[in-house]
Amino acid sequence: MAVISVKDLVKTYIVGEVTVRALRGANMDVEAGEFVAVTGPSGSGKSTLMHILGCLDRPTSGQYLLDGKDVSRMSKDELAAIRNIKIGFVFQGFNLLSRTTALDNVELPLLYNGGSKMKTAERHRRAMDALGSVGLADRYHHYPNQLSGGQQQRVAIARALINQPSIILADEPTGNLDTHTSVEVMGIFQRLNIERGITIILITHETDIAEYGTRLVRFRDGRIQIDQQITNRRDAAKELAALPPPEPDLPNEPADVVPADHLGGVS
Amino acid sequence: MSILMTFRIALKALNRNKMRTVLTMLGMIIGVGAVITMVALGRGAQATIEDQVKSAGTNLINVNAGNFQAAGVRQGQGMATTLTADDAAALRDVPGVQYVAAGVNSRGQVIAGNQNWSTRIEGTDVDFPDIRVWPVRYGMFFTQQDVNSAAKVAVLGSVVADTLFGPDVDPTGQIMRIRNQPFKVIGVMTSKGQGSFGQDQDDTIFTPYTTVQKKLQGIQHINNISVSSVTANTAPVAAAVGEVLRARHKLGPGDPDDFMVRTQEEIASVRTETTRTMTTLLAAIAGVSLLVGGIGIMNIMLVSVTERTREIGLRLAIGARGKDVLLQFLVEAIVISLFGGLLGIGLGFGLSAAVENFFQWPTSIPPNAIGMAFGFAAATGVFFGFYPARKAAGLDPIEALRYE
Ligand SMILES: Nc1ncnc2c1ncn2[C@@H]1O[C@H](COP(=O)(O)OP(=O)(O)OP(=O)(O)O)[C@@H](O)[C@H]1O
Ligand SMILES: [Mg+2]
Repeated sequence: MAVISVKDLVKTYIVGEVTVRALRGANMDVEAGEFVAVTGPSGSGKSTLMHILGCLDRPTSGQYLLDGKDVSRMSKDELAAIRNIKIGFVFQGFNLLSRTTALDNVELPLLYNGGSKMKTAERHRRAMDALGSVGLADRYHHYPNQLSGGQQQRVAIARALINQPSIILADEPTGNLDTHTSVEVMGIFQRLNIERGITIILITHETDIAEYGTRLVRFRDGRIQIDQQITNRRDAAKELAALPPPEPDLPNEPADVVPADHLGGVS
Repeated sequence: MSILMTFRIALKALNRNKMRTVLTMLGMIIGVGAVITMVALGRGAQATIEDQVKSAGTNLINVNAGNFQAAGVRQGQGMATTLTADDAAALRDVPGVQYVAAGVNSRGQVIAGNQNWSTRIEGTDVDFPDIRVWPVRYGMFFTQQDVNSAAKVAVLGSVVADTLFGPDVDPTGQIMRIRNQPFKVIGVMTSKGQGSFGQDQDDTIFTPYTTVQKKLQGIQHINNISVSSVTANTAPVAAAVGEVLRARHKLGPGDPDDFMVRTQEEIASVRTETTRTMTTLLAAIAGVSLLVGGIGIMNIMLVSVTERTREIGLRLAIGARGKDVLLQFLVEAIVISLFGGLLGIGLGFGLSAAVENFFQWPTSIPPNAIGMAFGFAAATGVFFGFYPARKAAGLDPIEALRYE
């Protein structure tokens, strides 16, 4: 059975006199363990779909089954629980809380998951594990403004991982990153997909980033235009090993270890 | 999310914007502080009145000539000539009456040696020290003999004695002049302090009422009669006194009294009532500043919700429920108001102490005022925090995340 199944999904926005039809009947089934790369021109409805899949928004019409359950029948609190436990969301703009340490940022979803009843030490341990799996264990006490873009995105990924979700949705997670950092981040996603079997749906504008996935979905005008398996999938870990290490982004701290290193240190 | 965790998050959020938090609290601090100070002042005044009532004498009933409450007999107090020494004597036979003293009041210049002083001259009777529970310090009070003979003897209040003869000097036996007539000082009263109308009771000279009538003023009537009843139940005695006087004055059933009988409690209760009204008024005015403080909290919380829209969106996106966000902002408002309230109580104590020290006004902070101020602060937090908090909780996650 498909983890995610959408049928005839329609989303219409009405702004004043203008009606924007962001989704015009999208159909898609995603099986567990797939890594779906979603591409398409700007305004084609990718983010709109992602928000609906992430239970952040509701469709105007159409059906969305998550694990076979109809999401439209769920209460607000049930949707909040799904966002908390089942789905990890990674945004293009990181969306970390400012003036809040990396560790606290990563812990945040735990607070809404009965985690407040968890001992502080246990919460810290789990947050450190999550930070470790994105190679940032040594930066746990840093504030977002003390981290590079790539590091911030890795903190955001750690946050998405903290409640061990079965699905990760990422809306242009590499949109603000340079090529090298993008490959690093894609390496993390690939590893989570392969080693932990997490289902990933990832939006990207770049076709080469899409090739890290197992399946390519192309949007056009609110509909899926192309939906195909990726034949020769790229391997971020290998590519990184071949690339020269980047300049450390915080000169005084030798802490930013090259990704090949931390890729080995999976918890 | 547990309430403890919510508190911790609220503290963190408030800590991130210390200056704003402190300024918001200031409204609360001033409001609560003002309410506490006002209540303390009012209560202090009330306590003073109660003390004065006690010091005025127990079971006291005052009879004054004239009746400014009755139409037609509208004469100024002290001007009326409706009471006589015989009226006073007749009251001794009223059941329940213990002591009676006729009174005639005057003012005048008094001289001793080269000291000169203008003071009250209170003509009274031998029962006076018993009625007022007021002992003599030096010498003795005058006797029935002195009253009968209208003797020129004077018992001094402590202020007068201090002024004319110096403090801690026993002036008995000395001669002084009252309105240029020689009087013999036979005693000095102990110090009593302020009377129930705020006058200094010690700034007085006591002489037999007959002396004031005959030697100083040349009148036949008296101004008032002080009566004390045997028991604390003064009301029936006061009524009986009224009946006797009406009969003696031959007043018909429809005629108004040409005198006024008031018990000490009645006099006190009017003043206590006035003070209570003042206290309520002052506290209400101070309460307005508390209200303004509350609106300040709401204002800042609304700004804060707007400013933190993206944060709220993010929290919702990672699984916070509406009520988690509601609680978070509500608790922030409550923390501000409770902390402000606490500091306000401290400020109230400080201000009250300062007022007491600098102006010599007695203050007293009733324990329930502290509880009330605190409860009111918390209620303000909940009341004014709820709207912004609900606004935050009702945000749409996507729109909140997109908010610029
Ligand atoms: N809240 C909104 N109100 C009105 N119109 C909206 C809203 N959100 C999205 N749209 C419109 O819906 C359409 C699809 O938007 P969407 O964000 O899904 O595009 P996208 O494929 O993610 O584009 P991009 O690659 O630029 O991110 C666009 O035309 C957009 O203007
Ligand atoms: Mg988009």
